[in-house]
Amino acid sequence: MCGIVLGCMEERILEKLKILAESAKYDVSCASSGTSRRNGSQGLGNTSGWGICHSFTEDGRCVSLLKIMLTNYCMYDCAYCINRRSNDLRRATFSVMELVTLTMEFYRRNYIEGLFLSSGVVRNPDYTMERLVRVAKDLRTVYRFNGYIHLKAIPGASAELVREAGLYADRLSVNIEIPTEKNLQLLAPDKNYRSVFTPMHYIQQGVLESREDRKKFRSAPRFAPAGQSTQMIVGATSETDKEILSLSSALYQRPTLKRVYYSGFVPVNAYDKRLPVLKQPPLVRENRLYQADWLMRFYQFEVHEIVDDSYPNLELEIDPKLAWALRHPEKFPVDVNRADYELILRVPGIGVKSANLIVSSRRYGKVGIYQLKKMGIVLKKARYFITTHEFPLQTVNELSPEYVRKVLTRSSRTQKAADDRQLKLPFEDTLHDTLYLR
Amino acid sequence: MILFIYDRTFEGLLTVVFEAYDRKLFPDALFESGEPLPLFYEQLMEVVTVPAKADRVWKGLKKKLSDTGLAFLMSCWLSELPGSDVLLVRYMRKIFDSPESVEFNFGDADVLEISKISKKVSNERERVIQFVRFQKTADEIYFAAVEPLYNVLSLVVPHFKDRYRGQKWLLYDVRRGYGYYYDLKEVIEVHFGEDTHRLISGRLSGELLAEDEKQYQRLWKEYFKSITIRERLNPKLHRQHMPPRFWKYLPEKY
Repeated sequence: MCGIVLGCMEERILEKLKILAESAKYDVSCASSGTSRRNGSQGLGNTSGWGICHSFTEDGRCVSLLKIMLTNYCMYDCAYCINRRSNDLRRATFSVMELVTLTMEFYRRNYIEGLFLSSGVVRNPDYTMERLVRVAKDLRTVYRFNGYIHLKAIPGASAELVREAGLYADRLSVNIEIPTEKNLQLLAPDKNYRSVFTPMHYIQQGVLESREDRKKFRSAPRFAPAGQSTQMIVGATSETDKEILSLSSALYQRPTLKRVYYSGFVPVNAYDKRLPVLKQPPLVRENRLYQADWLMRFYQFEVHEIVDDSYPNLELEIDPKLAWALRHPEKFPVDVNRADYELILRVPGIGVKSANLIVSSRRYGKVGIYQLKKMGIVLKKARYFITTHEFPLQTVNELSPEYVRKVLTRSSRTQKAADDRQLKLPFEDTLHDTLYLR
Repeated sequence: MILFIYDRTFEGLLTVVFEAYDRKLFPDALFESGEPLPLFYEQLMEVVTVPAKADRVWKGLKKKLSDTGLAFLMSCWLSELPGSDVLLVRYMRKIFDSPESVEFNFGDADVLEISKISKKVSNERERVIQFVRFQKTADEIYFAAVEPLYNVLSLVVPHFKDRYRGQKWLLYDVRRGYGYYYDLKEVIEVHFGEDTHRLISGRLSGELLAEDEKQYQRLWKEYFKSITIRERLNPKLHRQHMPPRFWKYLPEKY
């Protein structure tokens, strides 16, 4: 290890670190979850099943892994990417040794959970992939590093290299980037869906085979135990939320895909006329997509319930669960003391945790509004969709979905602006507000 | 109002429960000896901690509670929140008096409160695991100071022990004046004396640090700056995820 990062070398490493972190930052994935590995007697590090964020950037994103590129030289010219060939920016390349040392030293100080290594494509996909694998291999075999490793599988890389990567990495990922092939071809002429989905398929095969092997021999090697993930850029092309979510839903049907990330398009190459002009990244839309994603993964929603041909885009004003509930008033009210868990989960304002609390508590006695409030249910929303054994609340059916929508969207916007010198008279909707739950 | 006085140890609390059942007299409030008492009260009981009695109560709890329930109870105690002790006594009484388990009856105010407090404590434990920053000293010990809201240091030790098996480390709770030191074999509890205690502001001065420590801190700091997407700045979210009370020990926020 010879103090490579000492003295005059330090400035060079620092420069590289800055350049290559800048280049890597638009990749949103930073999860370190999905694997449990205990430390051996000599090694460094472990991974716990859930991820740990060690820091948060000023844009509020989790810093769990040392997210960095091996190099930001790239032979491709993708319109949405900051590292495209035609951009005039500072380029750098880390040596394997430098990256290994940085990872180890950061890890020892509890700065990170592990490494997330990506790369621009140099010479050809296999050449690039091979170097990524080298870093992971050295960390695992030479330095006995047991922290988390997330590697990018380079589109177009060969099956053998992806296979080898899976032996050292916890997670592998290939980014789809653009939700339809037509638009991908438009913005990234060097890529196509085949080059993206082929490595995804290799990863899936590897994981499934290793799972089978491990049933027979417990010592069989694990293959990317945290599965794979992917990312789509939102707002760079004209796709509707329906197209995006349908693709995610189809991907989640596959056995090894753990997460789809949505990245609000940041106009990094504003000069490119193929890209839309945005004042700022579509952050609200991105947030709504994540909410919809959560509904599919944890709330047992099907994609066609969230978006369909008549509602191809998610509403920006209200969250997708509330939007669904307002489109389906006939499913409500839900009796919290009798309804199935699945139905309780569908009530806006009740999350997975509170639904579990309700189901486990009602065995001991009836659950009323007071207890619901204590459990942390958002009654402001939920009260239009539930009944209890107590005095009946006015639900969405009596009040009409339009009215509930008005009340719920208005409160967030104008509540603060209300003039408190003005005497409030309890008419219409204010009457309604004061009658309950005070 | 019935008051009990005890020594504010966990064993003491268990003895309180024992004595309460023994006398069929249950406290409304608990005090440590020497604390000022309220002006009016009906009865005052001074409880002397007896390990054997505490042990019997603990064994009883083990029979009645699941492992999760026991962990809830322990972490509620570690919260050191005012009033959490008398809450625990009420909770234990409910556990003992009910023929079936009540630990998942979140409709009960005390059960819910216990689960909320232990959630807070486990969040704080999580945050310590997230935001501890070790500094490598000249004698190759990785040192970190923390000031957690609740007394969670003992809960994070297994995590660090497994993770950093090959390096010596020292975790020190500056607020409570104790810490844990791992010497490559086992973890021992350590206390610094009064004079060294003052030396610990959390950040060690240059001559105590390993040669390359400052450089890695700088590298990390610059990395942290570079990874931020300026188009998406969101200081509110930033502060929410990473509360400012941790900042003084984070190299990226110095």
